[in-house]
Amino acid sequence: MSIDLNTLKTAGPTITALTKPFWDAAAEGRLIIQRCEDCGKAVFYPRPICPHCWSKRLVWKGASGSGRLKSFSAVHKPGHPGWLPAAPYVVGLVELAEGPTMLSFILPGTQQLQVGAMLRLAPTAIGGRVLPAFKPVEPRAEEKPQ
Amino acid sequence: MSRSRGSIVGIGELKPQRLTQDVTTLEMIAEVSRLAVLDAGLEPAAIDGLLVGPQVGETPQHVPATIAEYLGLSPTMANVVDLGGASGAGMVWRAAAAIEAGMCEAVLCVLANNREETAPRSPNRNPIREFDVPFGASGANISYALLMQAHMAEYGSTARDFAIIAAAARANAQLNPDAIFFGKPADVEAVLASPMIASPLHLLEIVMPVAGGEAVVVTSAERARSLRRPPVHLLGAGEKVTHRAVSQAPSLTSGPLKSAMARAFQRSGTQADEMDLLSLYDCYTIMVATTIEDAGLCAPGQFGAWLGDHDLSHQGDKPLNTHGGQLGFGQPDLAGGMTHVVEAVRQLRGEAGERQIGKAGLALVTGNGATMSEATALVLGAA
Repeated sequence: MSIDLNTLKTAGPTITALTKPFWDAAAEGRLIIQRCEDCGKAVFYPRPICPHCWSKRLVWKGASGSGRLKSFSAVHKPGHPGWLPAAPYVVGLVELAEGPTMLSFILPGTQQLQVGAMLRLAPTAIGGRVLPAFKPVEPRAEEKPQ
Repeated sequence: MSRSRGSIVGIGELKPQRLTQDVTTLEMIAEVSRLAVLDAGLEPAAIDGLLVGPQVGETPQHVPATIAEYLGLSPTMANVVDLGGASGAGMVWRAAAAIEAGMCEAVLCVLANNREETAPRSPNRNPIREFDVPFGASGANISYALLMQAHMAEYGSTARDFAIIAAAARANAQLNPDAIFFGKPADVEAVLASPMIASPLHLLEIVMPVAGGEAVVVTSAERARSLRRPPVHLLGAGEKVTHRAVSQAPSLTSGPLKSAMARAFQRSGTQADEMDLLSLYDCYTIMVATTIEDAGLCAPGQFGAWLGDHDLSHQGDKPLNTHGGQLGFGQPDLAGGMTHVVEAVRQLRGEAGERQIGKAGLALVTGNGATMSEATALVLGAA
């Protein structure tokens, strides 16, 4: 994948007042998700009530940016024509360290991608906006002494 | 006073606004649902039935699943009631009827609408559109590819295991002159050699969209006795809706059909291995694989070995989708799921011609919607 993802003519998010904080943070390269002050659970995607206990006491919290790859697919035939120049590209289900799962764009790493891989937030300009993409944590890099 | 047919125990209402700004109908549904359930004094988890109105534009399809996921509900009965101004009243008796039929115990009936001065730039504003599409995930193929990859990773199932399902569907379609792939068999090698669409999903593991139509007429068992055709009886049913987006699925390797089928077996007093026909929803090969496992026909992860042990043709010990399934017959959009009902009726009437199965007493029919999200199971019995 040698093309510049930022030049893709892809569909951006349909932002509402409720979800704006998420996308504002994303544009700054940060990942924030809601947390319920009543049941303590993390919530993704953003909602007006907690899907676990229906409390309205949801607050925005910074997420660690760590995740685990639950599944992935290399997309050869995209469902949206704007993605054709990038194909094949990889999307994956990222189980965030905080609990919820989000779908995201997975940047290539040096190793062959596997379910269970540890991932790290990698803000990436796609289609003219910075999105919270992820990339595999490189095992070698972690082992290196400081 | 005649006996109660059901009771309304909670109400919710939002204060009318001339115009809303930047609020989705989904958000408003959440607000008003919360009020009604609070008023009823029920825990949200007690809501096991969901009746909603159509949401033109914002969420054109899979409305109950979208709302259930948004609210964190997993109802065992879910429907859109599309009767215009009669939708609200129409929901109430349908809720009572569903409870009387044993499908659920507490039904949330909810209608809401936003009203914006200018229509939003993108009218489709459900969570998938906002949180999946921008990352390059549009359409069902990618979602089912993610389910398939997860199954392979968890259980070591192989591309060949899945291809067998597509090849068997094509083989059965050779006995159905109406099937779109009649005269066009495809063996396992052909399935594996077909183009990769979204790894690990090959083209021939995906249904072909076609035009078509299917219909059935249902009446009481009593009335059925006086009619001209041999009746096929509904012996038990189960339903379950757990999510809409694949990212929100409670499990990637088991679906809501598991509990829907368990309920259908329990209510019919039958077991999976007693079924003479398996008429299983097959939009993708992974759907059949998961259904075989969720039905309890084999242990989780063992569908590949199970396929190797059984003959899925009309002459086999486990006839599966004798009409060719949707993988062989074609998928006429929503009518595609009904092909599994119509074929089961044909078989149970003994009218399936050259593809008639031997003993035809019981059939399992499954339906599946969205991304292994919406599930209905039926056990049908011959007269």
